[in-house]
Order: sequence, then structure tokens, then C-alpha cells
Amino acid sequence: MILNEYKYELGTIERGYNNRSLYINLSDNTIKEKEVTQFMKDKFIGGKGFGLWYLWNAVTPETKWNDPENEIVIAHGPIAGITQYPGSGKSLVVTLSPLTHMPMDSNVGGYFGPYLKFSGFDALELQGKAEKDVIIFIDGNRGIVQIMESDVEEKDSHLLSEILTDRFAKNEEDKKNVSVVSTGSAADNTLIGLLNFSFYDIRRKAVRLKQAGRGGIGTVFRDKKIKALVVRFEGTKGNLNNPADQGKINKAGIKLHREICLLDDKQNRMRKIGTANIIEIMDQYDLLPTHNYKFGSHKDTYKISSDKFQARVTQGLPDGCWYGCSLSCAKAADDFIPETGPYKGQKVIVDGPEYENAAALGSNIGVFDRDAVLELNFYCDTYGIDTISFGTLTAFIMECYENGILDKEKTGGLELYFGNKEAALELIHQMARGEGFGKIAGLGIRRMKKIFIEEYGADADFLNDIGMEQKGLEYSEYLSKESLAQQGGYGLTNKGPQHDEAWLIFMDMVNNQIPTFEDKAEALHYFPMFRTWFGLMGLCKLPWNDIVPEDNKYTDEPAKIPEHVQNYVDLFNGITGKNIDKHELIRQSERVYNFQRIFNIRMGYGKRIHDRTPYRSMGPVTEEEYLSRQERYDNQLKELVGIDPEGMTTKEKIAALRKYREDQYEKLTDAVYQRRGWTMDGVPTIKKLKELDMDIPELIEVVEQHL
Amino acid sequence: MIIVNGKEFPWEEGMTVRRLLELKKYIYPRITVKINGQIVNEEEYDTKVINDGDNVQCIHLMAGG
Repeated sequence: MILNEYKYELGTIERGYNNRSLYINLSDNTIKEKEVTQFMKDKFIGGKGFGLWYLWNAVTPETKWNDPENEIVIAHGPIAGITQYPGSGKSLVVTLSPLTHMPMDSNVGGYFGPYLKFSGFDALELQGKAEKDVIIFIDGNRGIVQIMESDVEEKDSHLLSEILTDRFAKNEEDKKNVSVVSTGSAADNTLIGLLNFSFYDIRRKAVRLKQAGRGGIGTVFRDKKIKALVVRFEGTKGNLNNPADQGKINKAGIKLHREICLLDDKQNRMRKIGTANIIEIMDQYDLLPTHNYKFGSHKDTYKISSDKFQARVTQGLPDGCWYGCSLSCAKAADDFIPETGPYKGQKVIVDGPEYENAAALGSNIGVFDRDAVLELNFYCDTYGIDTISFGTLTAFIMECYENGILDKEKTGGLELYFGNKEAALELIHQMARGEGFGKIAGLGIRRMKKIFIEEYGADADFLNDIGMEQKGLEYSEYLSKESLAQQGGYGLTNKGPQHDEAWLIFMDMVNNQIPTFEDKAEALHYFPMFRTWFGLMGLCKLPWNDIVPEDNKYTDEPAKIPEHVQNYVDLFNGITGKNIDKHELIRQSERVYNFQRIFNIRMGYGKRIHDRTPYRSMGPVTEEEYLSRQERYDNQLKELVGIDPEGMTTKEKIAALRKYREDQYEKLTDAVYQRRGWTMDGVPTIKKLKELDMDIPELIEVVEQHL
Repeated sequence: MIIVNGKEFPWEEGMTVRRLLELKKYIYPRITVKINGQIVNEEEYDTKVINDGDNVQCIHLMAGG
């Protein structure tokens, strides 16, 4: 049954923008267009910037994630949808997170973003709550938007996306023109729900899924009773953005395609195995999170190394999640047969695994079993669960279990010790069914800590040390203990400990290129700003530095990949006809980054106290950890702290090292805030906002209350 | 003694770049090696000898996930 239908004039994109967005309110089935103003384009550019701006205007400081006024905004960006440059089909999703209560943003592939753009909209705002499950359909060729009651009984994404692709495509050939956004049954029962964005794989003749994973966006989606979003657009071509200078875009693209063709096999093998190429490298450098981030390596890592996945996954098919991406990091295991759960015995496709999934669902929970990782990966995706949050919170549970904080009685019989893959799988099925201990686990680490302390009498200090969450979001999968800069890369962020702002471990810990606080602060300014830019444009980060020009090592700043930075400047100028340089690129990001910080402050967070991190991210919490790397830590006490560890107990040594490391983090925080133009409490100053032309009255009003 | 990435590291007679990378367990495929500021090409890793007191940089060009 159609609840409302809206007809709109088809238009053309001009220099990367439609100059309008689509607004839908599910409480009263309103569908309308909004103008994308010059102000929005100047200050917020697109993508995540538009999402944050719309959300800012939709909510108040009192709004909760499950209030009707909360929005989910999906936006791409001015560069999104080109097919000449790899990694140009991303969508950015923004909402108030059920985990952090602040704006969350997540970057996702699949065809939905570009098709939304080609259908005529620079963003999609979803507000309100439907009474019954609905499907929203955008027909980008006929200019029709429909809200319809859902008649689909299936609850999991791999089925939902397949059914809806079949339904809305005219025929087999048309399936590539359809993209579905959905989540799965666990999004109804947990706070870690994700969104799956589909694309049709014409070689496999199957629907594939990419994930907007972080922060519980899928949970908000289901709270609004959205079953799925579907867009159909026929006629994709490389020039639909009507760029100002197509030649400039083509030139940058050809250069990068050539690099990938010549160098990827020698560099990161993204086409062969994708991001999983670094599993064994992380292990070798003691950075692979193992047993809830206690350790950085494990003797059994070889069982989940990239070659094991390559043998099962790639089938020699380089894969992309948008047209023209020759880096092709997407991977799939075809004909995978789960051994548990509702799809036991059926042949399914598992997308991935990414490095993060292998670490989260493998080493961090002690499961060194390739097929178990793939099964967990499949169920996370189709149930709509963020793999990173699931892995990190399960690792936390397992450490609690092994420390007697949990037992079989409290877990309803699940023996959740490290390495118990059967228990981990049952936990995920419970999340999907909304049953048992899975309901508690699905609340995330922050809420579990509260329950374990208040109801089970657990030691609060211990749980706060080992619970790897910050701002309410679970950590992603790198061990940051030996890299102060990466501790900041996780902690001094806007949305929580996700490594998409900065990944500085090698620059810092291995290369020792940023030895001083000022060096680290400069890196924690530049890289978060640079990486923010991908989210404003609808771009993927990987083609920036997972392939590098052969002569990059001879440049002044190899870590920045200067030639690729220039490519991005050329892409932006080529699309929009503007004339920015690499410095203005950073300023574009700074505007949105500072805006997001102020948004956090407006919501009651976003200050220094919220940038503190659990000690497990900084150093050894337990004697077991200290003793496992005793020589390293003893040497640090001698050389860095100036203490002779001889004669000290392990407990005393842990305390001395902790005092030193926590002090280092505070000094780093001072340096980073100063570099970013913030007060020592983490508040952007009015001077900084003026420098950025962001001295907008409503922002000044928020910061003035905190200066 | 030599300096590797700003920190002291024991030197041994006849130490090549390849040997140093093995000793440091540097397995990452994209490492730029500089000895006293001069880039050493990968083809020379087996033959280029590091002298006592040299300042060696092994820059892993990796910026992560």
C-alpha cells in the first residue's frame, strides 16, 4: 500500500551539485524538496558536512537518538559518482548515535549514494517515525518518491536486499540499476545496528553488501520502522556530474589507474586480498589486538593470515563497490555454508573479510579459525551488527568471564572464554532473536560496564581500564599501547575511537618520525583534517595511501602522498570549477571538523573529559600483560621514566609506568588542542572560528557558554 | 652501535641492509631505507653494507585502515 507519493522534476547535476535535497518525515509521510544553498556549499561542502548541518537544524540539545526528530541523513558529495577516479562512490550517513548520544558519521560504498545523486538529490533526510514498517522508493528516472507499507517478512539484509532488488528491477539486466539500504534483525534488539548498502554484482549475478557500520545507525533506522530504502536509476555514465573540466578529472584518473596496474601487486595487494593484507603485518609488529587488546600478537595468527583468506575468498576477481575503482579492494567468499543459525547449511556470499573484521572476529576474541571468522562476518552483516563493536564488546565480555565477573549463570549458559567460537556465534544469534545475554551484550560496552558494576558488583576501576570504549563507541582494531600519537588518534576524535581520523602508529612507534609533542600534534591536526575531506566529497580513503607513486619516497613529505593530494585538488577543481589549493582543502575540512566538535559540545559532550581513554589503550593493565613484555616495559621505566625497576614488584612497576603514560597523554592533549586552536578544555575558540569564516552566530552562542 | 629510526641498535661486522631488516623483523613491503640521509634502492639491500655509527632510517610508508 502506497502511503504517499511525490513527483518531482528531473534535473541535471551542475558541477557536482543538484542544489536540492530530499526530505521525508515518516511520522506524517511528508515528502518534499529542500534547496541546497550557497551557504551550505561554502561552509559544509557536501557529504558528512551536509549531514551534520541538517542534523544540527533538526535536533535540540535535549534530543535523544530515539526521539522522532532525530534524523538519518545520507549524503554523497560533489565528487561522488564520477567513474574516472578510483573510490568515488561513497555515501556518508549521519545520525545521533544510540551509543554516544552525539552525531555519528559512517562512510559506506555501494551504489545508493551515486544513484541518489543521479536521481536529483544531494542528500536524503529521514525524520520522524512510521507506525508500521515502510519501504521508501526513489525512482530516479521517472521522478517519483514513494513511501509504502512493507509487505516483506524477511528480516535480514542478504535476503531483504535480494528480494527488493528483484522487485524493483525491470529484469535481470536492470538489477545493476537498483540499490537497497537495509539492516537486519539484530538492529531491532541491539544498539550496534548497522546499515547495508547494496550493489548488484553482474559477474556473480548476486547482490553484494557494503556497511555503514559504526555507532548504531541501523538501530536508529529500525527505530524509525524503516524496512528499506530503494533507489533505481538507469543511465549511469561518467559525466553525469557535468564537471567544469572533465579533462582534469580524466588526467588524474588515468595517472592513478596506471599506478595501481603497475604497483599494487608489489605494494599492498589490494586487488588480491583487500585490507586483509595487513593481518600478519600487524601481528609481526605487535599491533594486532589479541584477547581484548591485552597483546599485539599470537602464535596462531597464521591460521587467519591473509593467504588463508585469499585461498577462500578472492577467486581471482578484483572487485569494486563503485564503477571505475581499479583498486578493487572488495572481496567475497562465494558458496559459503554456515554451520549454525537460521541459514545453516545454505550457500551464502560473505562480503569480506576486511582487516578489521578478521581482527575483531578473530584475534581479539581468540578465534583463530578462518571459517568461524567468515561465519561471524556473514551473520554480523546480515543481522545488521557492526563487526567492530561486536568483536570489541565480545572480547570485553570474554575477559570479564575469565576474571569471574561473569559466569554461566549470568550469561545464560554461554561459556564466553577467549577462543570459544560456538559461544560467540550463539551470542550473535541471541542478538538477532533479542534473547538472553545477547540483549545485554547488544547494549555495548559502556552500558555493560554499568550493569556489571551495579548488578554484579564488579570492580569499577578494572572495568573502566579494560572496557575498550570511549565516548560510548567501541575501539576499532589496532593496539595503541606503544604509540602515544595513536592513543590521541583514537582519543582526540569527534565521534569516538575509530581510526578513520588518524592512523599514526607506524609514523610514531616504528619510524619515530614524530618524536616531540609538537610533531605529534601537527600530525593529529593534519591527518584528521585531510581524512575528513574524503567524507565531504563522497570519496574512499584507500586510493590515497594504499597505493603510492613509485617516486613518492623522494618527496619532502612521503606520508602525505603529495602527488595524490594534488590529484584530489584537481578533482575538486575539475568538478566545481573552483580554484582551491592543498591548503584550502584542509580549511574546508577544518570548518566541518570544528562544527562537529561544537555540535558535540552542544549535545553535552565534546570536551576534555570526554577525550580521556581507557588505560588498556595506553599500557598494561594486568600483571599478565606486563610480564608478557617485561623487558620492553622495564627498559622504558629505566630510559623514559628514570626509575630502576630492580627490586620493584610487578604491581609497582605497572603503577609507575601508568603514571608516566597518563601524564604523556595529558601533555599530548594540551599540544593537540593548542594546534587545533582550541582551549585547554577542548573548546574551539572564537578566534579560530573567525579564521575559518565559521563565526556563525549559533556556533558562537554554543562556544561562549564554555569559554 | 648504529642509530635506527632515532634509537641505538647493535652493529655487527658486514651488516647489510637486508640483515638489518631481518634483525628488526621489518617485514612490511613498503619500507624506504636511508643511510645517513641517502636513499638505498631495494636492489642494493643485499650488498649495501652499514658501517658502525651510521644513522639508518627505515621508513614504513603505512598510514593504516
